[in-house]
Amino acid sequence: MRFGTEIVLVSLAAFAALAAAGLAQDSAFQAHMWVLFFVLLGSAIVLMRNTHFAPAGAASIPLRPDTDGYMDGPVRYGVIATTLWGIVGFLVGVLVALQLAYPDLNIEPWFNFGRTRPLHTSAVVFAFGGNALIATSFYVVQRTCRARLFGGNLAWFVFWGYQLFIVMAATGYLLGITQSREYAEPEWYVDLFLTVVWVAYLIVFLGTIFRRKEPHIYVANWFYLSFIVTIAMLHVVNNLAVPVSPFGSKSYSLFAGVQDALTQWWYGHNAVGFFLTAGFLGMMYYFIPKQVNRPVYSYRLSIIHFWALIFLYIWAGPHHLHYTALPDWAQTLGMVFSIMLWMPSWGGMINGLMTLSGAWDKLRTDPIIRMMVLAVAFYGMSTFEGPLMSIKAVNSLSHYTDWTIGHVHSGALGWVGMITFGALYYLVPKLWNRERLYSLRLVTWHFWLATLGIVVYAAVMWVSGIQQGLMWREYDDQLLVYSFAETVAAMHPYYVVRALGGVLFLLGGLVMAYNLAMTILGHERKEAPIGGAVAQPAPSLQSAG
Amino acid sequence: MSENKHIDEVSGVSTTGHEWDGIRELDNPMPRWWVWTFYATIVWSIGYTIAYPAWPLISDATKGVLGYSSRQELTTTMDAVSAEQADLRAAIAEKPLDEILADETLRRFATAAGDAAFKVNCSQCHGSGAQGSAGYPNLNDDDWLWGGDIEAIHQTIAHGVRFDGDDDTRFGEMPAFGDILSRDEIRQVAAHVVSFTATPSDPALAEAGAQVYADNCASCHGDAGEGDVTFGAPNLADAIWLYGSSEAQIAAQVRQPKHGVMPAWQERLGDPTVKQLSVYVHSLGGGE
Repeated sequence: MRFGTEIVLVSLAAFAALAAAGLAQDSAFQAHMWVLFFVLLGSAIVLMRNTHFAPAGAASIPLRPDTDGYMDGPVRYGVIATTLWGIVGFLVGVLVALQLAYPDLNIEPWFNFGRTRPLHTSAVVFAFGGNALIATSFYVVQRTCRARLFGGNLAWFVFWGYQLFIVMAATGYLLGITQSREYAEPEWYVDLFLTVVWVAYLIVFLGTIFRRKEPHIYVANWFYLSFIVTIAMLHVVNNLAVPVSPFGSKSYSLFAGVQDALTQWWYGHNAVGFFLTAGFLGMMYYFIPKQVNRPVYSYRLSIIHFWALIFLYIWAGPHHLHYTALPDWAQTLGMVFSIMLWMPSWGGMINGLMTLSGAWDKLRTDPIIRMMVLAVAFYGMSTFEGPLMSIKAVNSLSHYTDWTIGHVHSGALGWVGMITFGALYYLVPKLWNRERLYSLRLVTWHFWLATLGIVVYAAVMWVSGIQQGLMWREYDDQLLVYSFAETVAAMHPYYVVRALGGVLFLLGGLVMAYNLAMTILGHERKEAPIGGAVAQPAPSLQSAG
Repeated sequence: MSENKHIDEVSGVSTTGHEWDGIRELDNPMPRWWVWTFYATIVWSIGYTIAYPAWPLISDATKGVLGYSSRQELTTTMDAVSAEQADLRAAIAEKPLDEILADETLRRFATAAGDAAFKVNCSQCHGSGAQGSAGYPNLNDDDWLWGGDIEAIHQTIAHGVRFDGDDDTRFGEMPAFGDILSRDEIRQVAAHVVSFTATPSDPALAEAGAQVYADNCASCHGDAGEGDVTFGAPNLADAIWLYGSSEAQIAAQVRQPKHGVMPAWQERLGDPTVKQLSVYVHSLGGGE
């Protein structure tokens, strides 16, 4: 019987959710368990409608075998999930940007900024970014190990389990359930579930590496593995908490005071370091050489910058707590480790950009490469800006201002977003056996919409952030000049323009979703090639070879 | 592995001999500038950690040769500012308010310092420009609930309004007339109150309200609605309204009045600052 075990397990889980709703100690937990119940009930019904009975043996043959022996089902689903969650995340981003510009858009109680803001950050980082990482890592690890994913259907559990985590996290935020830890808002029971999913992910990934048919492990897989292992450690330690009741939504952190703050920023900073940097470097190390069709620039650089990056990143978290109750010595260490992190981060940029040497002419004709190059450029810029902002003198101006928001978005929209878009454009024709994308011209549209959106966003946040910082510290004859409310009012025009930048980025995302959907459906748009005829390699380079 | 090495045609550089899914790696050295910049950041970092508190020991941490401490830095800055303003603050603490107003230098300093203190402590309710909002009095006009001379303003700021924690707080409370008057009487008296400054919805209603007003309201608000600062009874004969000027809003306030609360600031801010705030608020345009 197809899906037999799955139907039983999902139904039992749905029943457990129903029981938990009945035993709930607080109304938020009860509402959340009802949400879980209906999600699981719906899943069980979908599974039952797709089941069929066949003689044992016949049922074990996969319905649609992957011809090349790789398991690409979860990758295909992951690509679609990445696109959809991306649109949701960008849309909520536009909403929170507008809420800041027009406070009347805060709709009590579910759509207050306090609830929509973690919805936005989790949707883009964990739902969009996380799905992109899981899908591309499953694709890359199979190709570069020449091995099918380990663990059979465990990869499907990772995919669907991760989607359930996203749904539970998002609905929890809207219901007001939160640990109030930035980027770790989900409460204890959602955290425990994610831990199970993540361990399954580690098993699938590591198992595939163990059964590889290549003598060496490719650099992309070092980065993916460091991301999976470190996120597991960060997630578990930062979420150590004691629940008030096994049927309640509230828990208390194991840490208190400044120790709690430091644990949180050790987590928060390395979520950036290992999720948004190391993980996406893994993506870069596969998709740039493949799309450009050139060898990676320097093997030695990749080794040194990998080990330097993962060793140094983990100590840099205290720079989020400059000029707080955190002892001076810890602040100093957070700062110097951030400075030393500059070059190891740039190692990835150099390897990414220099891989194009000998193929720079492709920038004219291939908008996907253009996207990847822009991603690496933004990566370089924000990994320079990060160490800069960690310097205490700079931080005293930038901290708590919109400059930080601009910095995060130049990294998130520019680096994470663009490299993911590039990977998606590469993957979709391959995964669905299409000759090419539906339209390369639409990729160009996406490129310019997104680029313009990022530039507007980052530039506006620099201006508003620095102005905000200067207004806060403005003194006349040692006396304060601006009240806080005046500095908020002064930000209004910037917030309106920032929302506009977000709208441009969202539009680009919609263009991509359309282009990918048409490609999957098998359409090809008739259009003239970009940049005219394909340029021949320069003779000087040929003779150099 | 070496037998797989091959020379990349474009760059002329040898590959490492590894290959994954068609991806090879060039055997380029690390860029020199990259390596030297990396070394430089490490050297700089070591130097910085010698100069500043950095390395954790068993129960303490290295102090750094510069002897820097962020607490010390804050104290030094604050002390320097305090020292600069010490004379002026001492004079303000010593002198009575009327003398501060008379002394040009002191008045100027007190107004500027009061302005800064207002931005931090008062603007949340009274607005950045002291313009107030519904339920929070505008401090720029000449309508004062509890008196607008410098001493009265000081008393209000120091001890607050209807503030539980202060025995000298300003206290006045209008009864809820919803328990005393009928619905019709409340409508009549609201129309009458509107007639002091504007045209009521129905002149007959306002006429009927005159007697209700005289019996119930005039003792505090005055026969002509001029108010009384000893009870904090608002002036009803000007066009300034704390909770709205419509008949419905006035009727609601008669039926079940809202009573705003302001904290006492004496304990929290200290006398020199409260004096500076008084001078600042007095200077806004309505000070008597």
